[in-house]
Amino acid sequence: MSTTWTIDAVKEALAAKKLTARELTAEFYKRIDARDAELNAYLALSPERAYAQADKIDGLIADGKALPPLGGVPIAIKDVISTRGTVTTCGSKILRNYIPPYDATAVTRLEEAGAIILGKTNCDEFAMGSSNENSAYGPVKNPVPLDRVPGGSSGGSAAVVRAGLAVASLGTDTGGSIRQPGALCGIPAMMGSYGRVSRYGLIAFASSLDRIGPFGNTVKDVATILQAIAGRDPNDSTSTTAAVPRYSEEIDKPVKGMRIGIPRDYFGEGMDSGVRDKVEKGIELLKKLGCEPVDIRMPHTDYAIATYYIIATAEASSNLARYDGVRYGLRIDEPTLLAMYRKTRGAGFGPEVKRRIVLGTYVLSAGYYDAYYLKGQKVRALIARDFRDAFQKVDAIATPTSPIPAFKLGEKTNDPLQMYLADIYTVTGSLAGVPGISVPCGKVCGSLPVGLQLFGPAFGESRILQLAYAFEQAGAASL
Amino acid sequence: MKISREDVVRVAELAYLDLSETELETYRAQIDEILEYVGKLNELDTAGVEPMAQVLADDQTADATLREDTVVPCGIAVAILPQAPDPDPPFFRVPKVIER
Repeated sequence: MSTTWTIDAVKEALAAKKLTARELTAEFYKRIDARDAELNAYLALSPERAYAQADKIDGLIADGKALPPLGGVPIAIKDVISTRGTVTTCGSKILRNYIPPYDATAVTRLEEAGAIILGKTNCDEFAMGSSNENSAYGPVKNPVPLDRVPGGSSGGSAAVVRAGLAVASLGTDTGGSIRQPGALCGIPAMMGSYGRVSRYGLIAFASSLDRIGPFGNTVKDVATILQAIAGRDPNDSTSTTAAVPRYSEEIDKPVKGMRIGIPRDYFGEGMDSGVRDKVEKGIELLKKLGCEPVDIRMPHTDYAIATYYIIATAEASSNLARYDGVRYGLRIDEPTLLAMYRKTRGAGFGPEVKRRIVLGTYVLSAGYYDAYYLKGQKVRALIARDFRDAFQKVDAIATPTSPIPAFKLGEKTNDPLQMYLADIYTVTGSLAGVPGISVPCGKVCGSLPVGLQLFGPAFGESRILQLAYAFEQAGAASL
Repeated sequence: MKISREDVVRVAELAYLDLSETELETYRAQIDEILEYVGKLNELDTAGVEPMAQVLADDQTADATLREDTVVPCGIAVAILPQAPDPDPPFFRVPKVIER
């Protein structure tokens, strides 16, 4: 059986009765059984739910009915996204036994579109990290070179797709947590515009930044999944009322004549020379496709990491106040309420989460709010303006996704600031609220994948998906 | 030095976060380095810049206009209480709050 399935391949095989959805599901669980001990990419499996859905799909086929858009497609869900009846830990000890009583809207929509939910994927604790080494349940390994990190925080979601342990997956992106692991594992990965996908049921990290988005083996698969989960949800007041285009049907529209901004500010020091070489080759390929590269300036790029780590940690310190040992999760018994709060939180959170709670509380505290948080919010406005100005001149922006390819496990764990700098090219789009996709753009050192990142204007997902698709079809992965 | 040990103690107190002596010092040093880096924002003159408190424009969400304030029963107490460390249906039980 082929290792790499696409959504179309699954639907064709099922419709042609080459196999049943139940058999396909069993095949994926067999693969997980064989391979996941080494990768550590799944935290929980939901076979009962998966087989029940598979039987429904097989019923549709038996009745000669048409398959829904994701009919029979096995999909994995990052463990910060709520799944009814399946333990959802956020990669944290504090939620070790937490079983959500409801599904996230994105999960409901996937299942309504026919997807089979295989299980939950490992991630950095509360999605805080760039290497997946901050999970309380151990790091995920990059399936391409096993001694490397898969990227983070959605490392498990990237690894399972790359390793053929799911056809596609959902991750979340706050500062690069979908795009960077997509780049490091060599698969397409997308964050839609802020507001494009409902976050109802997403366990919050930084509410003005968090977004749910897909990983797939192809750009078209990413488009199909985004289309299935996008759109207004009355349960999330930040989900937009803007109509959802038919991303996958429009994916092969011509890209000739598109103007692609190349921000010089993204090609400074700190970038690996191999990555630079591949990204430059990628830009040449875009030219061959008839696109016109345009030199642009985004002058506040260099301030994005500093801005991001103020805003994201401030919001995290507030969102994570809910873990108090009262309503769910871990409790350390103490004779008084305040002692119980302190001990529970001290014992339940891991080092990166505590560091961010301390930093976030500090930048919000009396006497420091103006110097840090308010300053950050102002610089965020300048970064968003850089994007608005750029999109007056160009249709898309192309940058590297990550300054470096997948690094060795343990290489950066003792230096939080160095780890934060891994997000240098992704955080800008997170702060601005625009959509971004990472698409494979060759390999360095023999096997380490490089990603090209494409940004579009807010709610301009269609064009960057079309661009990414044309780029992929032109052979970008083997540049 | 941007942040002192006393600052970290005070902030951990505000966040109800129990930290060991080792954690206090490790986080102080690391956060000091991060704040040093964050200091680069002061290179930018932001006088007259409106802070970005909203990501979406007003016309992009349905809730930009006020919605009806209607009570909708959710009936989820039965499903939620078993998740609690110490449930006493229909209540969550906590250690003593007030000393007599």
